[in-house]
Amino acid sequence: MSVLTSAPTSGLPALKVTQLRVLRSEWTKFRSLRSTLWTLLTALVLMIGIGALFSAVNASQYHTFSPAQMASFDPISVSMAGTTFAVIAFGVLGVLTMSGEYGTGMIRSSLTVVPRRLPVLWAKLGVFAGVVLAASLAASFAAFWLGQVLLAGHHLGVSITSADALRSVIGAALYITVSGLIGVTLGALFRNTAAGIATFTGVFFVLPPLASLLPSSIGDHLTKYLPSNAGSAIFGGVHGVSNSLSPWTGFAVLCGYAVVLIAAAAWRLRHSDA
Amino acid sequence: MIEVQNLTKRYGEKVAVDGLSFTVQPGIVTGFLGPNGAGKSTTMRMIAGLDQPTTGQVRVSGRDYRDAGAPMAELGIMLEARAVHTGRSARNHLLALAQTNGIGRHRVDEVIDLVGLRDVAAKRVGGFSLGMGQRLGIAAALLGNPRVVILDEPVNGLDPEGVLWVRNLLKALAVDGHTVFVSSHLMSEMALTASRLVVIGRGRLIADTTVDELTAQAGGSNVTVRTPQPAELRAALLGPGIMVSSETPGVLVVEGLSTEQIGTIAWQAHLPVFELTAREASLEEAFMQLTEESVDYRSHEPAMAGAVR
Repeated sequence: MSVLTSAPTSGLPALKVTQLRVLRSEWTKFRSLRSTLWTLLTALVLMIGIGALFSAVNASQYHTFSPAQMASFDPISVSMAGTTFAVIAFGVLGVLTMSGEYGTGMIRSSLTVVPRRLPVLWAKLGVFAGVVLAASLAASFAAFWLGQVLLAGHHLGVSITSADALRSVIGAALYITVSGLIGVTLGALFRNTAAGIATFTGVFFVLPPLASLLPSSIGDHLTKYLPSNAGSAIFGGVHGVSNSLSPWTGFAVLCGYAVVLIAAAAWRLRHSDA
Repeated sequence: MIEVQNLTKRYGEKVAVDGLSFTVQPGIVTGFLGPNGAGKSTTMRMIAGLDQPTTGQVRVSGRDYRDAGAPMAELGIMLEARAVHTGRSARNHLLALAQTNGIGRHRVDEVIDLVGLRDVAAKRVGGFSLGMGQRLGIAAALLGNPRVVILDEPVNGLDPEGVLWVRNLLKALAVDGHTVFVSSHLMSEMALTASRLVVIGRGRLIADTTVDELTAQAGGSNVTVRTPQPAELRAALLGPGIMVSSETPGVLVVEGLSTEQIGTIAWQAHLPVFELTAREASLEEAFMQLTEESVDYRSHEPAMAGAVR
C-alpha cells in the first residue's frame, strides 16, 4: 500500500480543475477513439471525392448543357459539391462526441471529476471546432483544387483568386464546422446517438426537399432560413431556393441556430441529472 | 467525511431515497447495505453531485462537492454501472480523467500498477471482463488520492484473489485516514471489511450501527440444550432476563445464559445434558430480519425456504 501513502508527495502538485486542463482531457478523449478517426476520414473522403466526381461529370457533360445551364454554371460550387455530404459525416461525429459518453456511461466519470460540468461542454465544443475546422479547411482546399484541375481539362476551371472562390472554400469549412457543432448540441440534448443522428439528418437532409413542396407564397419566406440552406449560402451551395440569403447573412443565421442550441445544451447539462 | 442530511430523491411517483440522514467518518470503512433497489446507488450519485436531490443536502468534507476546487483530491467514486467509454484503452481513459484536474501521467501509471492492470492498460476497455472493469473503476477513483473514496459494489465480479485485494485496499485506505464508503448487498462481505454499517431499505434508513450492535439487535446469541428432562432444566434455568423456549421435544433454546453457565446449573441440579451448542445469530440473518419489510424484489416463499435456512 506504499503507493497510496506516497501518493501526495509523488507528483500531485496543485490539483485543480481549469478550463485548459479540461480542454487537454477532451483532446485525449477525441484522439483516443478509433470511431472518431474513422468518421473524420469518411468525411474527408466524401468532401474531396464527391467534389471530384461532380467536377468530372460536369466537365464531360458540359457540351450537352442548354445555354441557360451554361449561363448558371458555377465551377466553384461544383467543386464544393461534397460539402453537403461531408456535413452529414461531420454532424454524426458531432452527435457521437456527446452521445457516446451518455451511451457508455462515460459521462458520469467525466462529470464526477469536473462537477461544475460546463467546462466539459465548452472543452468538447472547442476541441471539436478546432479539429473539424482544420480538417475541413484542408479538405475544402483539396476539393477545390482537384475539382478545378478536372474542370480545367475542359477549360472550365477557375483559380482561387477569382471572385468568390476563397470565400466559398473557407465558407464550406465554416459551414461544416458550425453544422458539426449543432450535431454536438443535439447529442447533448438527446443523450442518445440514434435520436441525435436522426434529428441531424432530418434537419439537414429531409427538411429542405420537404420545404420545397410548400406553396411558394410561404416557402419562399421559410425555406431560405433552414439551417442547411442558410449555411450553404456561404459557399454557393443552395439549389432550388428562389431567393437565398446572402453568403454572410446566411452564415450568421446558421450561427444563430448554433448559439441557441449551445445555450439549450448547456442548460440541460447543468440542470438535469447525469 | 460525508454528511447526508434529510436526503430525498423522487423520480416522478417513485421515491428512490426518502429522508435519509447519516454521517460517514474518516479513518474507518463504512459499509452501505441494502437490498437491490434500496436506493444505494442513487444516494451515491447524489453525494457525487451527479443527481440533484429533490430535498435535503449532502456535504463532502464540509461542503457541496460541486464547489470543490480540486474535485479528484476530494472525492473518488466508482459507480456500479460501468462509466467508461468502451472504445478507449484503460490508460487513455484514466489519462483523460486525470488531465482535468492536472494529475500527471506518472500517477496514471502508478494506479494502473496498483490495481494490477499493467498488462492490459493499452487494450480497449470494451474487451474487459467484469473483474477488470471493477479494477479500472477503482483505479479511476484513486487517481487523485482523494480524501473520500466511494465504491459501489466493488467486489462484484472479482475472483477470490481480487476480493481479498479489495478488502485489504479498503482497510489500508481507512488506516491512511481516508473516508471509505462502500456499498454492498452482501452482509457477509461487509462484516469482513466494514466497522460501521449504514443499512437502508426502500430509500429509508434502517440502521446506522456497528457490526457488533447489529448482531446483538438481531436477537443476539442463544444456546441449544438437549436433555431428557426439559421441564426440570427449564425450571432450574429460568430467571430475570432469561428466555427459554422449546420447539422440539427434548430441546431447549436458551437466551441470556452462556454455555458455561447452563452446564454448571445443570450439573448442580443433577440433570443430564446431551448437547450444549452456542449459536451466534449470523449477520446475514440479522440483515434479512432488518430489511425484511423493505425488499422490493422478493422471490416466493417455497423457493426461498431452501436457500435461506
